Amino acid sequence: MSGSSLYLDGVSVVFDGFRALNNLSLIIEPGELRAIIGPNGAGKTTMMDIVTGKTRPTTGVVRFGEHDLTRMDEAAIANLGIGRKFQKPTVFDALTVFENLELALKAPRDPWSCLRWVLGAQSRRRIEGVMEEIGLAERARDRAAILSHGQRQWLEIGMLLMQEPQLLLVDEPVAGMTDQETEHTAALLRRIAGQRSVVVVEHDLEFVRALGEKVTVLCEGTVLSEGSIDHVQNDPRVIEVYLGR
Amino acid sequence: MSATTTLAPPPRLQSALVLRGLLLAGLAILALLPLLNRLPVDSVLHVSDFIVAVTGKWICYGVLALAIDLAWGYAGILSLGHGAFFALGGYAMGMHLMRLIGPRGVYGNPVLPDFMVFLGYAELPWTWWGFSSFPFALLMALLVPGLLAGVVGYLAFRSRITGVYLSIITQAMTYALMLAFFRNDMGFGGNNGFTDFKELLGMPLNSGGTRAMLFYAALAVLGLSLLLCRHITQSKLGRVLVAVRDAESRLRFLGYNTTHVKLSVFVLSAMLAGLAGALYVPLVGIINPGEFSPGNSIEAVIWVAVGGRGTLVGALLGAFSVNALKTWLTSFAPDLWLFVLGGLFVAVTLFLPRGLVGLMSRGPGR
Ligand SMILES: Nc1ncnc2c1ncn2[C@@H]1O[C@H](COP(=O)(O)OP(=O)(O)O)[C@@H](O)[C@H]1O
Ligand SMILES: [Mg+2]
Repeated sequence: MSGSSLYLDGVSVVFDGFRALNNLSLIIEPGELRAIIGPNGAGKTTMMDIVTGKTRPTTGVVRFGEHDLTRMDEAAIANLGIGRKFQKPTVFDALTVFENLELALKAPRDPWSCLRWVLGAQSRRRIEGVMEEIGLAERARDRAAILSHGQRQWLEIGMLLMQEPQLLLVDEPVAGMTDQETEHTAALLRRIAGQRSVVVVEHDLEFVRALGEKVTVLCEGTVLSEGSIDHVQNDPRVIEVYLGR
Repeated sequence: MSATTTLAPPPRLQSALVLRGLLLAGLAILALLPLLNRLPVDSVLHVSDFIVAVTGKWICYGVLALAIDLAWGYAGILSLGHGAFFALGGYAMGMHLMRLIGPRGVYGNPVLPDFMVFLGYAELPWTWWGFSSFPFALLMALLVPGLLAGVVGYLAFRSRITGVYLSIITQAMTYALMLAFFRNDMGFGGNNGFTDFKELLGMPLNSGGTRAMLFYAALAVLGLSLLLCRHITQSKLGRVLVAVRDAESRLRFLGYNTTHVKLSVFVLSAMLAGLAGALYVPLVGIINPGEFSPGNSIEAVIWVAVGGRGTLVGALLGAFSVNALKTWLTSFAPDLWLFVLGGLFVAVTLFLPRGLVGLMSRGPGR
């Protein structure tokens, strides 16, 4: 697997004196699937904001391969191959499922190229392939506005896949999903990882167990524990602040 | 699940067909007006000079409405300064028309327009150089608004100024230009602006034939603008614009430089507005700083809101219907107009968010 690793070292973010991230260090290897758990306000979303260029760290190093992410804007970071699924699903409601995926498809993104864009057979097959993968092939021509909550989450994951990212950041994908949808999502993420790195933030421990990979526990902006789900669930510090509430 | 995903016509196509029929019928009727104007006055089908003159104006407003719709209806950039781009295009054409007056002015100066002679100018200011050429004037009618939109848009979009702040900035822009153009020392005729034009492209402006030509030129530009806007909105760029409008930050995380996208559409929209202004001035025979007044820009946005933003037909429908209402109303109760306009805007915002077009087509709009 060729690819870059994500490297955070000593990252702190201070909002008006409040430390959302506190000396956070983390390495995600190419092809790795990593779950990140932690109580509300632990800084999980902020960590993703840092990686995707939405928020700048107050101090610390954030690198993807040899690229310094703290010096790049959102679009440039996305074009490096870092895709992000937001906690609140955001798809383009006025566009159809197909059109949403088409926008995400890896292709030149400047206005002129978009104006001249013609959907080729190969691109169409790719979009159709992803629609199969996320289970929305039947909904191709429906506007995203009328999809169910779970389907919107999948569409957003599908949009990430279209970008052919090397690193996928997925924020609370199963919040509000039914058990069946949750299972489907875990299977989807497991399939996706391997060809690329995936970082999943989640509250739902059943879901994290279903992913079956290394877990990092965040608390108050810093890493509390790291290891298999059984390891962290038995870590006394974790039990104290998170699991044993 | 089957993998066959043909993109057959969507269900909203039927209402789209009705709208397209309406549009083509409207354009055909417009094209007939100058011909009907030639009929003998006692014919039932005769159309008066007044109607031709007024609809000619509306055609220019239609182009302006398309420009606003492209920026606002599609890309979500609510500019309250498009009247300025329109006026700048108008001034560029007006300068050409002034140069063509030549020695026929009151003072008989072959080079200097009357107002410059009156103000004691010794020679033509550099800002007027080149305007004796029609192609140059037309180019300036596109480039000057485009450049202004480029600068204002670049500064605003780069700093991620959106929504009401952008509206205020563009409104301030047109207000500032109005004050500037009112000044005599700007060299653009001060509060009187330009008028008393004589000819264009060798044709006398007071002849019926020339007026018909200008009418058809405006109609042709409207048709071409419509095709251009359609080409854009139906391309992937059109879907990118809608995405900018609905979830700009999401689009950034998809790797799109939304600043460039917005800047391109804003500049193009300003150039279209400038073109509309350039068509307008020879038709109405006058341009003055009043065209920059902030109210004009707001009124043009209301046309689009009334017709239905985010659809090209809606923009045209709005421009024509609101102006028809205005022409009719101001013929007997001019003082009422501003109240009616304001009421119309409130009513449309509350009850018809998709405008008149929304009345005709069912299903969710773009
Ligand atoms: N833009 C911001 N301004 C101020 N405080 C913020 C901002 N973003 C996040 N925070 C704070 O940082 C802390 C971490 O938030 P977040 O990363 O969203 O936590 P999590 O996703 O783990 O629940 C929270 O206390 C939150 O209120
Ligand atoms: Mg969060």
